[in-house]
Amino acid sequence: MNHQEAVDQLSDGMTVGVGGWGARRKPMSLIRAICQSDLKDLTIVSYGGPDVGLLCAHQKVKKLIFGFVSLDLIPLDSHFRKARQNKEIEVMELDEGMVQWGLRAAAMRLPFLPTRVGIGTDVLKNNPEIKFISSPYSDEESLVAMPAIKLDVSLLHVNKSDKKGNTQIYGPDPFFDEMFARAADKTFISCEELVGTDNLGGKEAAIYNRFERSLVSGIVHSLGGAHPTSCAPNYGFDLEHLKIYSAAAKSFGDYSQNFLQGSAEEYIDAVGGHKKIQNIPLPQF
Amino acid sequence: MTDSISLAETCISASAKVWKDDGEILATGIGLIPRLAVGLAKLTTNPDLMMTDGEAFLISNPVPMGPRDSSQDSIEGYMTYSRVFKNIWSGFRHAMVTPSQIDCYGQTNISSIGSYDQPKVQLLGVRGFPGNFISHKNSIFIPNHSTKVFVEGEVDMVSGMGYKNKKSDDLMPNIVAVITNLGVFDFNGPNNQLQMLSLHSGVSKEEVIEKTGFEFTIKSEDQTLAPTEEELHFIRETLDPKGLRNSIFGD
Repeated sequence: MNHQEAVDQLSDGMTVGVGGWGARRKPMSLIRAICQSDLKDLTIVSYGGPDVGLLCAHQKVKKLIFGFVSLDLIPLDSHFRKARQNKEIEVMELDEGMVQWGLRAAAMRLPFLPTRVGIGTDVLKNNPEIKFISSPYSDEESLVAMPAIKLDVSLLHVNKSDKKGNTQIYGPDPFFDEMFARAADKTFISCEELVGTDNLGGKEAAIYNRFERSLVSGIVHSLGGAHPTSCAPNYGFDLEHLKIYSAAAKSFGDYSQNFLQGSAEEYIDAVGGHKKIQNIPLPQF
Repeated sequence: MTDSISLAETCISASAKVWKDDGEILATGIGLIPRLAVGLAKLTTNPDLMMTDGEAFLISNPVPMGPRDSSQDSIEGYMTYSRVFKNIWSGFRHAMVTPSQIDCYGQTNISSIGSYDQPKVQLLGVRGFPGNFISHKNSIFIPNHSTKVFVEGEVDMVSGMGYKNKKSDDLMPNIVAVITNLGVFDFNGPNNQLQMLSLHSGVSKEEVIEKTGFEFTIKSEDQTLAPTEEELHFIRETLDPKGLRNSIFGD
């Protein structure tokens, strides 16, 4: 499947989960394809990075369910900030642990999972739909009932996949991509490398298969597809590009004209080509 | 030697002491000074601490700040974000963080400034603050002690629970220490009021009062202990040989 065919599977008003974390392993080529589409009124669930900022800049976001939005070495995302400060989006702001708890509840087909997290904070004041539940045991403790975050679609970027959706994530941290896949009705994958099943790498590589192929509805081959975010161990995040992206909150037209009007391949050319991306050193934290 | 001790070094030394009685738990320092302080604690007062390389691996020896040959990292274990949450919620962690606002109740904010509906300044989002402050020990590092940080009234968006909303002795924050560019504090005053434990060299009590938006207890006006020769050696030669710490206060 290509980017357009993946985006054609989405519709207005859907709840879309985006894998990765901050400026790390985001399915950016799919996000850019959404930005070029007519889709609107999306609810986005994300450990947010430039995926959130770019979607905000294109007025695709009705509501954001999040714990943070950050570009890692650039702590804040200028486009997300602008959207919040101009009151352009609704938010459900949660502890980042509550986000994975909500996804986990959805993944297990449960209405909620209990936690103490949120107690004593404005997270509960600002999200009055989150209710408490009493422990049915002798402790009778009052706990937060974190509701399931059910997703219509998840979008993930992985290092390698075959055409059946046997994916492999090699980065040191697989983040919560598995939970995004399990919480969603359909998951679409972009991958650095698309190989035959015989070339997945056997037992040693299968350890990096973080969730089963039955959860995957479509695969898009997208070399460099995480740019400007990182895709360890292939490449790091493009700090210079993230600076250009950040500065574009002031005048988005030029950035859009330079990088966002063409196809995925034209984007790669516009930011310096495959060789340049694949040679971006991994960040050290 | 004493004359040349920088404010950053004083803060790193004072901050490192917060982990000394923690035993074998995960220590996390978010930001340059807290991260150097974790490393110093591991090299001096508490070698049992677990710490990460800043990403997903547990390491035996602190990694130096700045670019390094990471193939030399002494990796001993694995700590993905998924595992971090499991660790946090079971309480075996002590983090040092830098909120944008803190109030007299020990409530902290890293989410947004101004009205929640339409923030004047959108910051990071609550991140892990709600889970951290209800689950495990935290200390706080503030590089710019002022009434903008130590706010009058309450913080704009309560991200980390304070003592105001404590449910029980088991369900309340445990803020071990607050280290700022002016001095060292904790929340062990009467009714968990902020209390001053020491002042850094050259800082007056009056300056702290002027720059704090609420009343606090003064337990001591002693001068903060200077880093020892051993601590200075570790800070300068092992943990931060490139001197990145000097960028924090420009000293």
